[in-house]
Amino acid sequence: MGRLNHIAEGELLPEIRHTTDTVGQFLYNAALWNAHRIHFDYPYATEVEGYPGLVVAGPLMGDWLAQCVEEWLGEDGRMVQFEYSNRRAAFVGDVLLCTGKISAVDKASRTATITLELLNESGEVLTPGRAVVQFTE
Amino acid sequence: MPGLINEELLSQIGLSPEPRIELVTRRDIRKYSVATNQRQQKYLDGDEAPPLFHMALFWDVMEQNRTSPDGVALDNWLPKFPLKRAMAGSLKLEYYQTVLPDQTLSAHRTLSDMYEKQGSSGPLIFYVVTTEVRDKAGEPVLTEIATRILR
Repeated sequence: MGRLNHIAEGELLPEIRHTTDTVGQFLYNAALWNAHRIHFDYPYATEVEGYPGLVVAGPLMGDWLAQCVEEWLGEDGRMVQFEYSNRRAAFVGDVLLCTGKISAVDKASRTATITLELLNESGEVLTPGRAVVQFTE
Repeated sequence: MPGLINEELLSQIGLSPEPRIELVTRRDIRKYSVATNQRQQKYLDGDEAPPLFHMALFWDVMEQNRTSPDGVALDNWLPKFPLKRAMAGSLKLEYYQTVLPDQTLSAHRTLSDMYEKQGSSGPLIFYVVTTEVRDKAGEPVLTEIATRILR
């Protein structure tokens, strides 16, 4: 229970900053086999769908939140629950910040709950999330 | 604009196609890990799959002539919804075991709910797909509840 004894409610996870570009969007959507034009076809995204730019893939933003948890956790346990909701869009060129905060610790079950937020440079929450991690004994 | 979801559509709740079966390869894990900017070496080397890798594993490999004008191809087992433009939604996951290369996994999907709401720029349809991913022995790997949005 070593690591669990050293964490507390309110503790902040190390932040991770992600820059977004067209190559990253291409690779991600290719890995999924996702041809949604809003991610790579600028005239379509702006003129047909009315977005201000190419849209960053929503599940990618979810993945970045999961990474925030996983990098903090390391090999001391595993993520047992994870959720996120894409509330606002991000656009290629945005710099996004993943933040996390421990919102609950349960020593009996060796778990911690983490509240997550993916923010844009204006401080708007684009993707809130939540994770539960279980520490190894 | 209520009434987009009629009784016929509602009757499709519970629909469940044949399970999808896919082999996890180290190369696919590596590609996903690079594409998502993973920094942990176990992911970049493909020794273990990141927590959301299953999305890439089970994303439908759709033929180009089956995509709609926006490039999206809804899974062909889903009913035809009256709204077509896809938006990102939300995901809830429970994990039971780590995904490793060379595993054969199956995805058991069910259309578990659908409803409509009025958004700021028009009506929206929400549909929920529950996916249970199991290993070759039938043991649970993860459960995913995905809420997807159409506008």
